[in-house]
Amino acid sequence: MTGTSRLPTEGPAMPRTFLDAFINSNGALSILVVLLGFACGTLIIMAVGRNPAGLYLALLQTLTGFNATTGVWNARYVGEWLTAAMPLILCGMSMGFAARTGLFNIGAEGQYIVGLTAAQFVALYAPPFFGAEWVVCLLAAAAAGAFWGGLVGWLRARFSVSEVVATIMLNYIAFFLSRYLTRLIPDANTYRTPNFPGAAIIPRWFIDDLTNHSRLSAGIFVVLACVILYWLVLERTKLGFELRATGLNRTAAGYAGIGVNRCFTTSMGIAGAFAGLAGAIVALGSFSYGRVIGGYDNYGFNGIAVALVGNSTAGGTLLSGLLFGMLSSAQPLMQSRQIPKEIAWIISGLVVVLVSLRAGIRLVIAWRAKVAAARSLAEREAAGA
Amino acid sequence: MHEILGMIPSILMMASPILIAAMGGLVSERSGVVNIALEGLMGIGAFTAATVHVLMEPSSGLSVWYALAAATAAGLVVSVVHAFASVSLNADQVISGTGINLLSTGGTVFLCQVIFHQERTEPFQLGMMPSWGGIYPTAWVALFAIVGTWYILYRRPFGFRLRACGEHPQAAASAGINVKAMRYFGVLASGALAGLAGACLVLTETIQYTMYTVNGAGFIALAAVSFGRWTPGGVGGASLLFGSAVALAISMVNISGLRILPTEFFSILPYVITLVTLIIFSGKDHAPAAVGLPYEKGGS
Repeated sequence: MTGTSRLPTEGPAMPRTFLDAFINSNGALSILVVLLGFACGTLIIMAVGRNPAGLYLALLQTLTGFNATTGVWNARYVGEWLTAAMPLILCGMSMGFAARTGLFNIGAEGQYIVGLTAAQFVALYAPPFFGAEWVVCLLAAAAAGAFWGGLVGWLRARFSVSEVVATIMLNYIAFFLSRYLTRLIPDANTYRTPNFPGAAIIPRWFIDDLTNHSRLSAGIFVVLACVILYWLVLERTKLGFELRATGLNRTAAGYAGIGVNRCFTTSMGIAGAFAGLAGAIVALGSFSYGRVIGGYDNYGFNGIAVALVGNSTAGGTLLSGLLFGMLSSAQPLMQSRQIPKEIAWIISGLVVVLVSLRAGIRLVIAWRAKVAAARSLAEREAAGA
Repeated sequence: MHEILGMIPSILMMASPILIAAMGGLVSERSGVVNIALEGLMGIGAFTAATVHVLMEPSSGLSVWYALAAATAAGLVVSVVHAFASVSLNADQVISGTGINLLSTGGTVFLCQVIFHQERTEPFQLGMMPSWGGIYPTAWVALFAIVGTWYILYRRPFGFRLRACGEHPQAAASAGINVKAMRYFGVLASGALAGLAGACLVLTETIQYTMYTVNGAGFIALAAVSFGRWTPGGVGGASLLFGSAVALAISMVNISGLRILPTEFFSILPYVITLVTLIIFSGKDHAPAAVGLPYEKGGS
């Protein structure tokens, strides 16, 4: 919050009770929403006659690698969990960064696809670069994502095209373009291209031994760097201040001399770069060949949920990305414990619906406080009379 | 030319679900609420219709019609969540819509697992039967939807009031209109129509419900509302155009003149057209003035 110290401190009234403090804390409400989502998921499992313990055993195994049924410990599950979390955290930051500027970026999926496609092309065709071609691939993916996202911001700024409709359209355009372009690669068939050269694949270094040959790559360090960068840019720079000011009140920001239109394009560009990186990390970290994608990977859409639960802050998005990554990588483990794996999607969906009701929880609390205040006033008047 | 004429039934088959869902989106947006959940509601409708039909097919000759009714009801019920969040609680309309979309995929496949012990419904023997000229009855449902929407929105006082709520809810409220009730009607109508659209899709285009059945038709319907500039005629025309593009993408391999183009060309067409028209007509905003904005009593 120190980044806003230049603003006059208006701040909310001091919380009077623990309940007030709880309701006014976004983080606490997020935790409540997630717990409610899990509670509903548990009830649904019980309603269809399965044992919800299987859900939690699967989650425990994902988190710690410990299989409580057999007593066997395997670090690979932890690696797979972080592998699933990486693109979710990045796509969550894509959604979140735009949200902090007051834009609703449903386009992380498209930006992810564009980044993935660019990374695959560069991986297959780039000239040698000191044996670290994967770095070039990541940069190309970020640039491609930034272009795809920035385009939406520019259309919004220049032509006031709704970013919601534009991003949905661009998701589909990215999908079909990617399929078409990737199949043009020589020796590509309907689902894959030839193998990437070794130097284009994101290295695994010591992580490979540490996580017992999971698919986790050095991309995890890129993700952590991005989380820090996200925080630095938004909270510690003039640009971040302008973006947040635009998000809070674009009219006021405009009067204060902030170029609101420029902010839209910049913000969507940076958001797109995060999602583009996610595409590259999946393409070059988890696969050894280029894919002709047959459908959405859904990291971009799930990134919406990640950002909403993480309140679009750097730390929050990291944590909620880890949470949703845990849910998705626990799916096969649920299935083997007779829990339908779709329960993971149901919990994600429920959490988003509950986030939208969060405003309502506040309204109800505020209304009850008002009623209580009116009653105590009436009592005091009655006592005085 | 003969090939194009021969495609009319399949164009109508593809366009009907899009058109019906788009009419729902239109009513909702004219009342002031964006319904981005059309895609998810279509999925719920498609799943309900496929399930009801496959379970009742052996015992009832009318199971197709029961399926349509059940899907309409399912879409209506689920859209109550969106209406409650966005109208009663003034929550962000895009967030609750996105939540329903996420919930729809997970929920329907989960129910398939529970009912059929697999990730899809059991395939049914016969879907809806084409009527005269190979045209499915869904085309008549679509025609009814477009005429009905036009009549209610433009020829009834009710529709006039509903449109007022999307343009200037405060003015509408001061004229004695119950804005929240109107918006509830808009969202629930869009839920029912999207559910019906999902049923029409699954009963004509395929033989079972999978998580890929709807595959963007709801988002195309959303695009059709923008491209059709928020009028029943325009939205109907846009839906027909987008339906033709989808049908061409599937059957163009049979048309000699079009074979040189990649299939993706037609798949991409609805989205590119929508984006380009949004840019070209950006100077004049045809969207309802208050669409997407929550209405609070006493607000200015």
